Amino acid sequence: MSNKVFAFVALAVALALAAVTQLIPNEYFFTAAYTVLLFVILATAWNILGGYTGYVNFGSAAFFAIGAYTTVFFYNAFKAPLAVGIVAGTLVAGLAGLGLGYLTLRLRGVFFAIASLALAVVLYVFVVNWDYVGGARGAYVLQPREIPFGMPRYIHLIYSVQLLMAAFALVVARAIEKSTMGRGLAAIRDDELAAECSGVPTLRLKIFSTMVSCALMGMAGTTFPYYLSYIEPSSAFSLSYAVNSIAMPLIGGMMSWMGPLIGAVLLGTVQQVVQVTVSSAWNLLIVGVLLVLFVTLAPNGIMGWVDAWRRRKGR
Amino acid sequence: MEISTALLLNAIIAGLLLGGFYAAMSVGISISFGMLDVVNIAHPAFIILGSYIAYIVNDRFGFDPIVVSVVVSPLFFLLGMVLYRIYYVCFERRGQESLRGLAFFFGILFITEVALVLIFGVDYRMVSTRYGDVTWRAGAVDFPMRLAVPFLVSMTMVIGVQVFLTRTFFGRAVLAVAQDQLALRLMGVDPVRVKELAFALSIATAGVAGAFLIVIQPVQPAIGREFIGLVFAVCVLGGMGSILGTLLGAFVLGLAESFTSTFFGPSWAPAVSFGLLLATLAFRPSGLLGR
Repeated sequence: MSNKVFAFVALAVALALAAVTQLIPNEYFFTAAYTVLLFVILATAWNILGGYTGYVNFGSAAFFAIGAYTTVFFYNAFKAPLAVGIVAGTLVAGLAGLGLGYLTLRLRGVFFAIASLALAVVLYVFVVNWDYVGGARGAYVLQPREIPFGMPRYIHLIYSVQLLMAAFALVVARAIEKSTMGRGLAAIRDDELAAECSGVPTLRLKIFSTMVSCALMGMAGTTFPYYLSYIEPSSAFSLSYAVNSIAMPLIGGMMSWMGPLIGAVLLGTVQQVVQVTVSSAWNLLIVGVLLVLFVTLAPNGIMGWVDAWRRRKGR
Repeated sequence: MEISTALLLNAIIAGLLLGGFYAAMSVGISISFGMLDVVNIAHPAFIILGSYIAYIVNDRFGFDPIVVSVVVSPLFFLLGMVLYRIYYVCFERRGQESLRGLAFFFGILFITEVALVLIFGVDYRMVSTRYGDVTWRAGAVDFPMRLAVPFLVSMTMVIGVQVFLTRTFFGRAVLAVAQDQLALRLMGVDPVRVKELAFALSIATAGVAGAFLIVIQPVQPAIGREFIGLVFAVCVLGGMGSILGTLLGAFVLGLAESFTSTFFGPSWAPAVSFGLLLATLAFRPSGLLGR
């Protein structure tokens, strides 16, 4: 399937899903589905760097929060509509990713991982001390009274937007994966030195995929302030975003765009169920335990099983 | 702003005392990350675990937390051995340590934190010690025992580790593993065994450092992640795998944090270590005493 066809299919599926689900009367569905979609974007974005090149980004929460707080900033400054927040948040997060990548991707991969974690804490402290976007108290972002497309509540719109953005993230991830660049990234993952020797511009590719990955994470965050109408630093920088965006691709499988999607839908749904039926602390514990179990026992994730099954069938 | 000498002196003393404690927290990372190349980002989780064990025993029986931590350190040693075995079998032997090994330790960090939240809740816990509220005064300068006692024990521990690594046969084997594993194998030494014991030692120091932490400040499960940047900052700043560098890096960081809290306000302090880490990685990745 060419990129154009795939993009068309993804868009059509997203629009159809958005249209059909509008009929669901239970409003909780949209709240839960929004969170799952958010994780689909985060996991897909993380995988563009983590899965394709093998560089671990622990700072997903930082880029997510950059997106969210850019929306808050533009809302406070100009009462800007959501669309402005989405574009600006994506760009700012991408620039932050570019900066981080430029500074640390020359070093061994582990330094990038630690630096990304460090960035999350530095930004957290920065936001806590920045009163204009609410500081430690948090900020309110009011949902607009008028909702386009005749949707009953604002959550319906946010959910549909998130659905389109998830489709967009998947299209980007797949396009990168199937391109020459994707092969370059895979070469970095397998043996960076050999890739460099064969003429793969490793540093440029790494920086580019970091930028794209971080920009998409930022995009996932841009709708978040509207989702709750309220945002405060410890929820925007929650470690659970970082853990989830690593756990989901690992559980789904990191070699293709489908893995993070499967992982995010599965794990995201399980978490929603556990959160409602048991408690949110338990749902985090489950993510952690699943992450450790999969990484030790099934390093190629669910897609790894699928591939093994296919190979056995083919023989 | 008028800076009084007393304020300045107190900031320096507090920074140095804090730095000694940071060295105790980071010496384990200096061994595991700096020498063994095992990126144990779950290190702070074991520090917090140490804090909670010290807290439980102190709360029930009133024993001194630092004494408790030294007594239970063999347990941490065993835990470290088990953890390294798993890490070795699942990741290092398969050559997958870079991505999956990191994710593994991240998962361990997260599980420990959430498990502690489930058992103890998110309240801050503290210990009562005989020296907790005592402060010595020398002129205008304060020596809070809350900081000074952990400082002295930390120094003993860090210097002990340094002497152990440089003077004993096993310690030199650890240094050798850091330099060339293959050579060690050719000499008939099992590098995995050496790494296992050295990693266990690093976890044991984390457990003891946990007791210092809870003497110095109240502890809740989530503060562990603030120390991830700190321990790695100290390790990288000092130069990978150098215990003396770690000591130096810890003092630099302690002073930097103390000055930041004194002159800009404590809410900025957590950013200092991470900022220093980012700056070191960007401009001098080999660290102060790096090769």
